[in-house]
Amino acid sequence: MSDFESKGQRFVALWMLGMLLLNYPILTLFNVHGALFGVPVLYAYIFIAWAALIGLMALLAESGG
Amino acid sequence: MLHGTTIFLVSFGYLGLLFAIAYYADKRADAGRTIIASPYIYSLSLAVYATAWTFYGSVGRAASDGIGFLPIYIGPTLMIALWWVVLRKMLRISKQNRITSLADFIASRYGKSALLGGLVTVIAVIGILPYISLQLKAVSNSFTILVQYPQIVMPGEIGTAPMRQDTALWVALILAAFTIAFGTRHLDAAEHHPGLVAAIAFESLVKLLAFLAVGVFVTFGMYDGFGDLFARAAAAPKLLAMMTPFEGVAGSYASWVWLTILSMMAIMFLPRQFQVAVIENVDEKHLNKAIWLFPLYMLAINVFVLPIAFGGLLHFPDGRVDADTFVLTLPMAEKKELLALLVFIGGLSAATGMVIVETIALSTMVCNDLVMPVLLRLHRLRLNERRDLTGLLIGIRRSAIVLILLLGYLYFKLAGEAYALVSIGLISFAAVAQFAPAILGGIFWKGGTRAGALCGLLAGFSVWVYTLFLPALAHSGWLPNGLLEQGPFGIGLLKPLELFGLSGLDEINHAMIWSMIANIGAYVGVSLSVAASADEHRQASLFVDVFRQTGEAGGARFWRGTASVPDLYNLLARFLGSTAANNAFGAYANARGLRWPGEDLIADAELVHYVEVQLAGAIGAASARIMVASVVTEEALTIDEVREILDEASQVVAYSHRLQQKSRELEAATAELREANERLKELDRLKDDFVSTVTHELRTPLTSIRAFTEILLDEPDVELGQRKKFLGIIAKETERLTRLINQVLDLAKIESGKAEWTASAVDMKEVISDTLAAMGQLFAEKNIEFEAQLPEKVSAVTADLDRMIQVMLNLLSNAMKFCDPNAGWIYIALTEMDDHLQIDVRDNGRGIPQEDQATLFSKFRQVGNTLTDKPHGSGLGLHISRQIVEHFGGRMWVESSVGEGACFSFTLPTAATPGKSTA
Repeated sequence: MSDFESKGQRFVALWMLGMLLLNYPILTLFNVHGALFGVPVLYAYIFIAWAALIGLMALLAESGG
Repeated sequence: MLHGTTIFLVSFGYLGLLFAIAYYADKRADAGRTIIASPYIYSLSLAVYATAWTFYGSVGRAASDGIGFLPIYIGPTLMIALWWVVLRKMLRISKQNRITSLADFIASRYGKSALLGGLVTVIAVIGILPYISLQLKAVSNSFTILVQYPQIVMPGEIGTAPMRQDTALWVALILAAFTIAFGTRHLDAAEHHPGLVAAIAFESLVKLLAFLAVGVFVTFGMYDGFGDLFARAAAAPKLLAMMTPFEGVAGSYASWVWLTILSMMAIMFLPRQFQVAVIENVDEKHLNKAIWLFPLYMLAINVFVLPIAFGGLLHFPDGRVDADTFVLTLPMAEKKELLALLVFIGGLSAATGMVIVETIALSTMVCNDLVMPVLLRLHRLRLNERRDLTGLLIGIRRSAIVLILLLGYLYFKLAGEAYALVSIGLISFAAVAQFAPAILGGIFWKGGTRAGALCGLLAGFSVWVYTLFLPALAHSGWLPNGLLEQGPFGIGLLKPLELFGLSGLDEINHAMIWSMIANIGAYVGVSLSVAASADEHRQASLFVDVFRQTGEAGGARFWRGTASVPDLYNLLARFLGSTAANNAFGAYANARGLRWPGEDLIADAELVHYVEVQLAGAIGAASARIMVASVVTEEALTIDEVREILDEASQVVAYSHRLQQKSRELEAATAELREANERLKELDRLKDDFVSTVTHELRTPLTSIRAFTEILLDEPDVELGQRKKFLGIIAKETERLTRLINQVLDLAKIESGKAEWTASAVDMKEVISDTLAAMGQLFAEKNIEFEAQLPEKVSAVTADLDRMIQVMLNLLSNAMKFCDPNAGWIYIALTEMDDHLQIDVRDNGRGIPQEDQATLFSKFRQVGNTLTDKPHGSGLGLHISRQIVEHFGGRMWVESSVGEGACFSFTLPTAATPGKSTA
């Protein structure tokens, strides 16, 4: 049970990280003109942060417990 | 050329293929070899979330405000991060209580309340209507546009409007027929639809592939990759502004945040998401994969939304083409017939998947939580006479499906025109978000009550109707526009879109703020002020503490009354059919080692509960409760009794925790005891060895003493010289005996801790000099040379002077015994180190083999073969010496190799304080 609980707590922490990264005010930092790999900065940032979040969720979900 | 007939045939071919997949999956499941027991199928089926809204509407939204479509998918991704905590709990609750739908879940949580189940059903049906109409609109529009190929004509521009309306109606009817064929072919007690899940998973693949195909075509076919496309878009000022959307255009941070929150709730509480994620889930472990695969799916289907939106805006700069149709019109404009057809099929997949699952979920709710409770109450007696009610149940569900789709069509006709696809869908999201307080509160907070949930839902839903639903009708001209502009009866504060003067927000934000305040406020406020009934207490405990329950018997302990087995059986058979009822009773009997059919079963609380749970699977918890109550005589538990049972239960849990604790302690104690026992055994063995060695050592001198005394006794004429020699031997052996006994006594004292130690400051240099002086004569007799290297002055050690002399004597006499018999040499060194003195005694004897060095300091260990070599001592000396040195905090060891002599060394800590060191 304690393994399950600690996994749950990690997921909650990950959720908080996601809420932070994909939300006001962090998004304002990228609300600028310019391009990253040819893609507007804001679009590129959102997709990269989103993909990273999914990656972390995969690592955690597939870990033991 | 794409004829209407071609499109029609391809569409039907596709639907036929879906049906074949569903049929195959159902057959496999019936044969016990289901194909849907896979985390990948589960993840794909969750993607029923992506509907025509995603397929057509996202691009439309992106074309108006850049990234406004993204929170709809980022919100769910974030919510899924909490699935491990939230959804896992809902899954467990639903499995244990045989939950069949969202309404059933809420009704069941708040004391199996039929009223609450009905309210949830009404909210869900009305709330979802805009969403269904969205699908109808998308499918009929895409069909209408595709038929015009190669022209690109928007549906609104076509003169023959009635024909188009008919398209939507036809779509609704065809989908209704198809859904009925899919979802209500037979009745399953657990509401599992393996065929449906397989077909939905397939649809998810189709729509993803179709969308990616368009995305790749636009990005890499029409343009030269992302960079080229975005660079060209950046050249147009209007499009450039969309790349930093938070500054100017309609989208604002508030809207981003609210859309994220709204979508977080939608992914949990849309009836179809609840259906696929909770009801159709076959294994809790599938969550592990779904938690990241499903978000990955959403990411993948969104990658090309912006490129398609910009591509469309660049390609149709005059704004004549509706951005909601770019996905279809771009391939058409480029004359890619097949791609356009594929897009149409993809959109059809997205729409049909949503409509089928949503209407099945809603029809289950309508049947179980709205119609049946009413029918059972109204015509209870007549229904009880019917032998088989399965036909009635299926009939109700089929009618509900047709009705819901027709209502969706009606909404499309009434209000579908004024809004873009995404805006229509968001109205539904806001409706289902009203379930969040009752459900989340219900599974984490025992204090939530039926009255609280009822008030919260009513309040939230009323605000939703007033601020979103009515304005939608007003926009379309079905209600006077004055309602929006001046407020009802001209009261400005009550304007539906600026309630109480709250302005500057978009419709959805505005509605969410007020409806959530009303909903949560009423739920919490009423829950805290109105006492809960016994039933509610029981259900609250079953839900909130679900991970502490074991098995389905959890609810049985709350029941008291009398029932008969045949009554219960007949009840189940009426709703499930006699085969299913027989199977259910058989399984129940089997699990308890009883026979069915037979006289074995007793209609106890457990069986009654079991039947109720089985029944709940078919007709919902509230109806099942009514039906079971009709065949058993129940004694209602008072609220105090329920509290008592709950207290008992929590005491039992606490008690079992204590038991576990005790048993762990016991195990630890046992391990310690076992260890102690091992040590004791070892000591016992050592003692035996010791006794036998001591006895052996005592016998050797005794034997020679006895032999010589007997000679002297028996033969009086022994010469004087001889006699003297014999007496000398006797005296020497006696001395040896005494020494041995003294040493044994000494050792016994040391080991038992009874030895008397007198600790004082001892000057080791003096000890060594004194010992050497005493031994000097002996060394000289044996021709042994000795060398001593002693510093001028050393720090004092705290020790017992006599004991130190004993140690030195022992080491020196050992060295004397073992040094080279012909050219004996002994070297003594005293060295002062940082905080200790080291004394070395080296000889030039034959050395000690490596393997003997470890045991040298044990009792009675003598180096060499004791059988052939005459022993040179008791074997206790070194052992005692080491004990003494260790007693004073020092260490004793030996370094030697064969043929090189041996060096015995020991250390003693110097006195810690300067005062002592000079003493």
